[in-house]
Amino acid sequence: MPYDAWKDNEYIESLVKELKDNGTNVIVGSLDKLINWGRSNSIWPLTFATSCCGIEFVSLGAARYDMARFGWEVARSSPRQADFIMVAGTIVHRMAPVLRRLYDQLAEPKYVIACGACAVSGGPFKKSYHVVMGCDQIVPVDVYLPGCPPRPEAMIYSIMQLSRKIKVERFFGGVNRREKMQKEFLESHPIEGVNDVK
Amino acid sequence: MADFQQTIAKLFPEATFEQADTLMVNIADAQWHSLAKQLKENPQLGFDYLITIVGMDWKESMGCVYYLQNKHNDVISVKVTTTDRENPMLHSVADLWAIAGIYEREVYDFFGIVFIGNPDMRRLFLSIDWKGFPLRKDYDENPDINPVPTDNERQSDFTYTYVETPDGKVEKKEVRVFEPEDFVVNIGPQHPATHGVLRFRTAVDGETIKKIDVYMGYIHRGVEKICEKDTYPQTLHFMDRLDYFSAHPYHHGLCMTIEEAAGIEVPRRAQVIRVIMDELSRIASHCLFMGTFCMDLGATTMLFYTLRVREQILDIMDRTCGARMTFNYECIGGVMQDIHADFVKDVHALLDVLPANIKEYNKVFTGNVIAKNRMEGVGVLTRENAINWSVTGPSGRASGWSCDVRKTHPYSIYSELEFDEVIHTEGDSMARFKVRLEEIEQSARIIAQLIDNIPDGDYCAKVPKVIKLPVGHWFRMVEGCRGVFGVYLESDGSTMPYRLKLVTPSLPAAAVVNHLTAGSKIADLITIGGSLDYIVPDMDR
Repeated sequence: MPYDAWKDNEYIESLVKELKDNGTNVIVGSLDKLINWGRSNSIWPLTFATSCCGIEFVSLGAARYDMARFGWEVARSSPRQADFIMVAGTIVHRMAPVLRRLYDQLAEPKYVIACGACAVSGGPFKKSYHVVMGCDQIVPVDVYLPGCPPRPEAMIYSIMQLSRKIKVERFFGGVNRREKMQKEFLESHPIEGVNDVK
Repeated sequence: MADFQQTIAKLFPEATFEQADTLMVNIADAQWHSLAKQLKENPQLGFDYLITIVGMDWKESMGCVYYLQNKHNDVISVKVTTTDRENPMLHSVADLWAIAGIYEREVYDFFGIVFIGNPDMRRLFLSIDWKGFPLRKDYDENPDINPVPTDNERQSDFTYTYVETPDGKVEKKEVRVFEPEDFVVNIGPQHPATHGVLRFRTAVDGETIKKIDVYMGYIHRGVEKICEKDTYPQTLHFMDRLDYFSAHPYHHGLCMTIEEAAGIEVPRRAQVIRVIMDELSRIASHCLFMGTFCMDLGATTMLFYTLRVREQILDIMDRTCGARMTFNYECIGGVMQDIHADFVKDVHALLDVLPANIKEYNKVFTGNVIAKNRMEGVGVLTRENAINWSVTGPSGRASGWSCDVRKTHPYSIYSELEFDEVIHTEGDSMARFKVRLEEIEQSARIIAQLIDNIPDGDYCAKVPKVIKLPVGHWFRMVEGCRGVFGVYLESDGSTMPYRLKLVTPSLPAAAVVNHLTAGSKIADLITIGGSLDYIVPDMDR
């Protein structure tokens, strides 16, 4: 991709604008920067793969694409130790409550990347009776990554996009107090039994 | 074939026969079980391998088509029907072929046909609260009827069995899946060692496994139903997404079936390219198997060594097919586009480095004393049980069962090629590992025979823009990377398949886990599951 396109990023710009509009405290702002620098360079994924995209995620972990270069290689098997879920693959009806529970078990602040056409919108299985048409019906999504499956380069781009988002976020009074936002989403998308926010 | 017809006609005078691509026996349900018993146990017939059970809905009647194979590799099919749409019932053959138990559950899940005598008549892929049977032609797909669940799935510790009483009535009985005092551990669906989203409900006694209830359907995408709504060329691309490692062989299988039905002759060049691609994907698939299997056993480094070769193959594919995983390369009549200018050179480069790599794998892992201790004698599958459970592919060949479709029913140009069918007789996890390692060498041998002799000519035959198949049904098998991949295609003369049943090797491989692990330690479950090498989207479809 051309370098200019890399810089052209309306979504991140809108986040920065929102931050600047509200003004930033000098001390808290500097601390934010420091913490975000650390957070954005060590985002740990949850090992979560349902189908084809998961295999490309394995390739991403191997020597050639080597995500360890960026500090993402610590793929955790327990959601309680992970920072984000890469929803790699189709989510079907039976899997939907499981994904939601995994999301609920992630420690705050948490992020979701919808990886691949199936997770974005149902993809090639649009006509299916058992496929959830996009995982954003179940969990809030931060980055949408199209492709069937996306190439490992595209996966690197998507996680970098997430990392840039983390970099410009407000940590104090922002994402470390995200319960309110979470609560709003969970209330508008109720899943009984899984939902621990009442 | 005529012999079988005579033998069966003598035993069952009411049976009628059709000659399609195989001999098809039509039999009434009342006699089906005794015919099945004869088919399996009569020495003149000896059909000990149940390839698949195809559930069918012909609108005015419903039923099943059973495909069977004997040790001489003759294939026969049996059609059993019922006209009752409200409470369709057939007799189970789960007592004769072990794999029939799970196949019948699949048919029940999709068509609602109850099998009398099956010990476990639960739904297989869909939840117990699912309304309707999706593959029936009158199924209502309105998403309001079966919305995305907003609650945890309801679990049941009970299953049902239907028993016929002596006076001919059928009774429904409730049976426990586990004993009330069993300690049940849940493994999966989100577990790094289950190779995807598969769930084992494991009853353990201390560290020893008593029983495993394999719980599937976490990636059931309803491919067979979607295919009924797509034209023939459109159905092809789903083959990439079943077993994503054997995208090429699966494509090959469906293309072959459609070509045979439509009477399309495939040019020689396309045949050769297809076989080279099949074998390349077999090498790539077995490489990834070794990587993930060793990683399950705790040897993470192996993944980096094996993925090196896989990446090299993916580069070759990428240049010719334009994708790394879901290629959609084979099309009806040949292949999508011609091979890349560097294809031959790249493949030669691969063949040059392969022997050194295999040597390295053996050095690093196969001879390792820890690996030996973890794999040798673990999860022994005998030849009889491999056939009984229909475990095909490298896992079946590790048990001494010669089940390679490239040898038993040679398709495409395989009959002209020189290669050995790798067979081991130990049947343990080590044998399953070794078979795959040695198959890489055989695949390389096949490629070496072809790569310098790719004939000139068209890479795709001239096919009509709209493909319509005549009325009829066809069944073809190919050797995928994990075993027999079968395609049952029934056409009603339109541009879309009336029914497309995909017989995948991973479903039996997962079904046999309970049989293989009973009595072994829970740590061995990971070894056994890994060595069977099932792919979850392949079993769930």
